Amino acid sequence: MAEIPDITIEVSHLVKTYGALTAVNDLSFSVKRGEIVGLLGPNGAGKSTTMRILTGYLPANSGSVRICGHPVASEPEATKRHVGYMPENNPLPDDMRVSEYLWFRGRLKEMPRARLRARIDEVLELCDLKRNRHRILGRLSKGNKQRVGIAEAILAEPAVIIMDEPTIGLDPHQIIIVRDLIASLRGRMSVIISSHILPEIEATCDRVLIINGGRIVAQGSPAELRHEIFGSTSYRVELAGETANLAAQLKGIDSALTVAALGDCAADGFCTATLVTASAADLGEQLLAALPALGYRVRSLGRTQPSLEDVFLAATRRSWDARLPDKPVNGDARAPLPKF
Amino acid sequence: MRHYFTIFSHEVRTLLYSPSTYIAAVFFLGVMGFFFSNILEAYSKAPQETPPAVVFFQVFWFPVLFMVPLLTMKTIADERRQGTLETLLTTPVNTAEVVLGKFSAAYLFYLLLWGSTLGFHYLLQLYARDSRFLDPAPLLGGYLFIAVSGLLFIAIGIFASSMTRSQPVAGIFTVVLLILVILGPRYLGEISALNTGVLRPVKGALDSLQIFTHVEDFTHGIIDTRQLFYYLTGSALALLFSILGVEAKLLNG
Repeated sequence: MAEIPDITIEVSHLVKTYGALTAVNDLSFSVKRGEIVGLLGPNGAGKSTTMRILTGYLPANSGSVRICGHPVASEPEATKRHVGYMPENNPLPDDMRVSEYLWFRGRLKEMPRARLRARIDEVLELCDLKRNRHRILGRLSKGNKQRVGIAEAILAEPAVIIMDEPTIGLDPHQIIIVRDLIASLRGRMSVIISSHILPEIEATCDRVLIINGGRIVAQGSPAELRHEIFGSTSYRVELAGETANLAAQLKGIDSALTVAALGDCAADGFCTATLVTASAADLGEQLLAALPALGYRVRSLGRTQPSLEDVFLAATRRSWDARLPDKPVNGDARAPLPKF
Repeated sequence: MRHYFTIFSHEVRTLLYSPSTYIAAVFFLGVMGFFFSNILEAYSKAPQETPPAVVFFQVFWFPVLFMVPLLTMKTIADERRQGTLETLLTTPVNTAEVVLGKFSAAYLFYLLLWGSTLGFHYLLQLYARDSRFLDPAPLLGGYLFIAVSGLLFIAIGIFASSMTRSQPVAGIFTVVLLILVILGPRYLGEISALNTGVLRPVKGALDSLQIFTHVEDFTHGIIDTRQLFYYLTGSALALLFSILGVEAKLLNG
């Protein structure tokens, strides 16, 4: 295989419409070699369509996609050699045996026979399918079928692997196996996976693209996304003492620190306070040192992380928000938005 | 065309494993055996003018109507339904290779099934112990007709299969198209209005599309290049439309 450039996938201004429906709307992103990227989005956001365009299965209306430097639209056969693809629901022919199927696929992907024979053993080992190699695909369990799909995608050692919802319908144990398998590809192959199972994406991906309505509404590593969407860090502290001028005292610790909420105190005198700061630095140690010095008894202190789920909900909602018409409703600037 | 043989051997394998192939084979051999024994019975009762082989090939249309759909309806429609067409087309294979591979495999089976009817003639020869019964010339012409017309019939089946994701629809569509191609010119040719004036050339064209005339010519040893041209271009056209059919479905989602 020819040498692989540093940027394996380049998508610019991609548009795909189905009749009146715009599935992908001016999408641009790029993926570096060896990176694992998660495509995240609600149903119908354009994830599968984007992936199908990347594989060269569907033509786009406008925009360009380059895989390893080759444009998909004009050199489909060159780009398809670099792509391993596992579609949604992982369709497999029911009447073939696992090893026969992999052989057929390997031959279609132009692997030489001798190389293919060794490689099939390798991927079967990698995907833990050795015991099932002679079984018929139609009789395999869902988890095993999914692993056959992954084995098939990595079979020809492509530079780019595209998997549409690889863990859908698997039990937690199998999800961990699949996740480890994907993680083991890091650094060697660029992987794009789509999912709406968020912990999934968070655990495996280096970078997340959140798509809604065919557009990227947020992108970055999970940590960056949290900061971008929420822009603040919050701490939850359980303390006992005179809380009346807590807010003023906190200014002395960090000027940006405010009290977002102060719960009622329990019978034992401990109250729960939520502190919010815009600064990115971790204030945990300072708080632990300063609060007892100010005369508070501290029982617990925790930094609350917004989960990727919150980020996802906020980001997709923000994008709906952005698309709402600016029509004043009863003097209000906007139609009421769903509450966060 | 480097993937053609991969797809071809895969398709042969699929056909070997598919029950519809065996249903087609059993039906076909049963029906043809029945016809053949009927023909022999008729010949044993009264002397006839045409050799038995000629009459045998006259009924070609009947097995074609059920055998071709059974061999071809699965090819593309089923892949589309299962979603394996998507995985197939995301490998460095082009649509033409897929369609041609599937076509060749179905055609091979079509030829094999017809080839097995050679056994009838062999059995007749074996028991009659009379070389007059095995008349090689009409047999040669007849099987040549089967081979050439099979190209068109199978291509029509592949085309129907590329139009839909449902096997039954593909099968019925194949039968309809085959009836139009085989029996259509015969009935249209009988319209008497065609015999007058400007419509005369239309009548001439319809007459040369008569597949029943073709089979008679072939079995009598007349090999007309116009007829060969008809089958070759017809099948090429049907295959071209199948390729376009597969690709058009992608364009429109």
